[in-house]
Amino acid sequence: MAEIGKPVSRIDGRLKVTGGAKYAAEFNQVNMAYAFPVRSTIAKGTITATDTSAAEASSGVLAVITHKNAAKLNAINPQEQWKAGIVFLGEDLPPLQDDKVYYFGQFVACVVAETYEQARSAAALLKVTYAVEKPRIDLKSELPNGYRPEKLFGEEAQINTGKTAAVLAAAAQKIEHTYTTSTENHHPMEPHASIAVWEAADKLTIYDATQGVLVTRAIAAYFLNLKPENVRVISPYVGGGFGSKGAWLHLVLAAMAARVVKRPVKLAVTRQMMATNVGRRSATIQKIALGAGFDGKLAAIRHESETYTNLSQFFEPSGLQTKVLYAAPIREITYKVAKLNVGTPTFMRAPGETPGTFALESAMDEMAYEMKIDPLEFRVSNHAAVDPMTEHPFSGNNLLECYRTGAEKFGWSNRKMQPRQTRSGRNLIGYGMATATYPAGRSSATVRVQVLINGDVKVMTAAADIGTGTYTVIAQTAADALGLPVQRIAVELGDSNLPTAPFAGGSQTTASVHPAVLAACEMLRESLMGLATTDAKSKLSGRRAEEIAYGDGKFFVRSDRSKTDSYADIMRRNSKVMMEACTTTKPVTDGGLGSPVAPCMVAPAASEENSDAKKYSFHSFGAQFAEVWIDEDLGTIRVKRFTSVQDVGRIMNEKTARSQIIGGVIFGLGAALMEATEHDHRWANPVTRTLADYHVPVNMDVPEIDVHFINKPDPHISSIGARGIGEIGITGVSAAVANAVFNATGKRIRDLPLSPDKLL
Amino acid sequence: MRPFKYSRAQNTGNAVQTVAANTNSKFLAGGTNILDLMKEDVERPDELVDVTRLNFSQVRTVEGGANKGGVSIGGLGRNTDTANHPLVRQNFPLLTQAILAGASQQIRNMATNGGNLNQRTRCSYFYDTAMPCNKREPGSGCGALEGINRMHALFGWSNDCVAVHPSDMCVALVALDAVVKVQGTDGKERSIPFADYHRLPGNTPQKDNILNQGELITAIEIPKNNFASKSYYLKVRDRASYAFALVSVAAALEIEGNAIKNVRVAMGGVSHKPWRAVEAEKFLTGKAATEANFKAAADAEMRNAKPLEHNKFKVELGRRAIVRALTQAMKGGTNA
Repeated sequence: MAEIGKPVSRIDGRLKVTGGAKYAAEFNQVNMAYAFPVRSTIAKGTITATDTSAAEASSGVLAVITHKNAAKLNAINPQEQWKAGIVFLGEDLPPLQDDKVYYFGQFVACVVAETYEQARSAAALLKVTYAVEKPRIDLKSELPNGYRPEKLFGEEAQINTGKTAAVLAAAAQKIEHTYTTSTENHHPMEPHASIAVWEAADKLTIYDATQGVLVTRAIAAYFLNLKPENVRVISPYVGGGFGSKGAWLHLVLAAMAARVVKRPVKLAVTRQMMATNVGRRSATIQKIALGAGFDGKLAAIRHESETYTNLSQFFEPSGLQTKVLYAAPIREITYKVAKLNVGTPTFMRAPGETPGTFALESAMDEMAYEMKIDPLEFRVSNHAAVDPMTEHPFSGNNLLECYRTGAEKFGWSNRKMQPRQTRSGRNLIGYGMATATYPAGRSSATVRVQVLINGDVKVMTAAADIGTGTYTVIAQTAADALGLPVQRIAVELGDSNLPTAPFAGGSQTTASVHPAVLAACEMLRESLMGLATTDAKSKLSGRRAEEIAYGDGKFFVRSDRSKTDSYADIMRRNSKVMMEACTTTKPVTDGGLGSPVAPCMVAPAASEENSDAKKYSFHSFGAQFAEVWIDEDLGTIRVKRFTSVQDVGRIMNEKTARSQIIGGVIFGLGAALMEATEHDHRWANPVTRTLADYHVPVNMDVPEIDVHFINKPDPHISSIGARGIGEIGITGVSAAVANAVFNATGKRIRDLPLSPDKLL
Repeated sequence: MRPFKYSRAQNTGNAVQTVAANTNSKFLAGGTNILDLMKEDVERPDELVDVTRLNFSQVRTVEGGANKGGVSIGGLGRNTDTANHPLVRQNFPLLTQAILAGASQQIRNMATNGGNLNQRTRCSYFYDTAMPCNKREPGSGCGALEGINRMHALFGWSNDCVAVHPSDMCVALVALDAVVKVQGTDGKERSIPFADYHRLPGNTPQKDNILNQGELITAIEIPKNNFASKSYYLKVRDRASYAFALVSVAAALEIEGNAIKNVRVAMGGVSHKPWRAVEAEKFLTGKAATEANFKAAADAEMRNAKPLEHNKFKVELGRRAIVRALTQAMKGGTNA
């Protein structure tokens, strides 16, 4: 493998820095109009009147759509959604169907005009009056009215309810604490945008910023009552998603507006809308109880998570990592969910594990202190050698090596167990660590590969590159499989007309798509070789496959490298302008996060791969280490160093992989130190609705981040052995920081973010 | 954003007359605040008069008048240029530090000195047109008073407004006894002591300062002083950069013998105007520059703080920040 693993720079990098990469909002159409939504200014109640007269009279206005004149759409039935394999990527209720308001900022009307400015200025003239009801806003006080979900991603949600009480009561040592985390917003750099173009009365094209063109197609088709094959979603470049770029209602509004004015319509979401209309991570209240014997072994873990949702079945699954980490004989993991009148929660980078590892890994640190054991040693001695829930072996688990490597690179042995022992000037210095983990999902994927007349290659699949490097890494795999330099591979992604690939979520694109890239390239290679070996004019004529190797765009005889035949020559002799192969790989572990698999037209039916998968548990692991400096007088925390060691299977591209971990750690530092979406308790409006109020880390907040990979291929996930890498980097980060804060100051802060006021 | 008329002023008199003649017009300089506010429908001028081509952006020594020997910074000077000008760096490092503590490099490159004084509060209730705000819409009520008010005022607020002035630069300027030079609508220039320029909200929070419609800041004069070797600007915020102050403190000292001859303490993030900590200054004048005295001075100032529901921590933070800023100023303003 000449290319796989190398730190190849992004093949789309030049396009991106020169502005040549086209994002959704940039696909301007001839005769395009602009839509701007009007949003509710109450969180719960009923619309009693909508005065559209001033808006309609405003210059350039083409239409004002309200629930009174909007087309009727299909609401999503959660059961059907589940059956269709479309999981909670937005809201169940389509926009503008009735007079009900469920959260502040909900779309209640839409103005369409000749220009963006005209639409936006007319939107401000719309007068909506409401019968206001008291919104449900406070998580704590609404939890008694909440529900206990039965299912979580198709599995039992409530595990061993009430069954740890006796063990915990009898445990020689125990702790029990409550940890709380804030609501957060994804805020990718590129705001959401959609351009809707009706090609015919029942045929729609949408240019959309999405993590999955097929999921977006399926949801748009469902809401708008169209055949999925009549909807095309195009999204070649995406400026970050982090879970927020599923299918939200603005794209439905754009399609509705385009239908009304009979013109293409663009709807660009504002940063302010992103606090409510494109998902969020909900706040959590997590109670953790740990019981252990005098031998330092955990006897029981109890993890009770409470959170909220609104217009979907999604809830933050904060107990996920507790199913996988540590070898306690019994664990109890439960959920309770309240319905609040705030924007609908959804997946956000490591949903569950991000707040969940804060709670569990803080508790592990607290227990280690309770037992006077080094927190790293405590984790090592409770390491789970097999999946604690299923007792299946892990497909690959090098967590102990992550701990060891991390401790060595970070200098963990210099840490003083006793808090408040290390200072520099006015600063107290502390070290903290935590375990990282994330499931290693893999779904079905289909890839088409073409070799063109000049021997160049094109790889096509409906996967998304949300800024992660998918284009580049696919080109590397194809380059190796066909023996070509990366420069001769073109990759096409982000179009629902391309062969099926999963949503870029659940860290599964690499694990899912590359086996299909490899298989399609191999099939194409065999076809080309077949043309050569059966062709009397070829120097390979009559040779058997085993005798032939490939490289640099040609085949050659292993024993006599002067006997070659290039792909271009083979094509020319056979009068082919293009040859293609298309393959679906379908693991039995299919994660269900993709959309239904449409078997590729020209591919033979794919056999099930990695059929040993059900015998293994697929997870990635890592270890996070933080050094913090704290100016105790002022309460300010600076993370001075961070070491992250990750066991994620084979590393496909050392550069883009490193960037994923760095990005994940920075995301985690945001959650640890500053990110919080705050609501007014009377009106339930988010008051942190701009990037001036909702803080994410700036360069000065981010230290040198030292990333190491174990880089051992996972022998069971696929022949390539690569697991996903997009999410694990964030997990454990906030606990590592909070544990370091305790080590520095002796103050245990169980409420994120760790803002200066909490340290005073 | 609503439709508006745009014109480019040819001279100062014409700019002032144009804006004075239309109560719904505004000056446009760096645009780093007004354009944001217009996009969000908070400011709704029907006319913008672009003054960026007018010629008063220089930093120079004041040749005559009350502030002779001091430094004048042009109203249209860019924040970055002002902070880095040798006359400012040498004579008023406190001002350099304060300007560089604000916003981001890109914003400072655009933002003007006059605009810095006239920027509006970043109170999120002011910015959100769905919320009540007496500053944006007089009579609608104050959303922040009983809302989320972690970033809000400790001093001088009223039931009508608890917003704070967001500037860092102005905190240094009020500490340095600057004077605002304004081109009046009568064609004459007037001088406003910096401490009088911004207002407390009272029952008219819609007025941030005492400028009349059409009046234009041409320069800010800073009188000569002896603080250059002992001054410090401390800004405490939720992240390391590019955030508004939870609390900031400008401290400057002049020591004679063992006693504080002259002292200036001003605070940001605590009031509707850059807050001159008069009580702290009164306490310190003539006393020794000791930590005990700094603490007592901080106590004297913060005793009058009236915190809201979510900003109680700012009282203790303010106290500590005053002590730290004075301590750092005594060390020559270096970080330690």
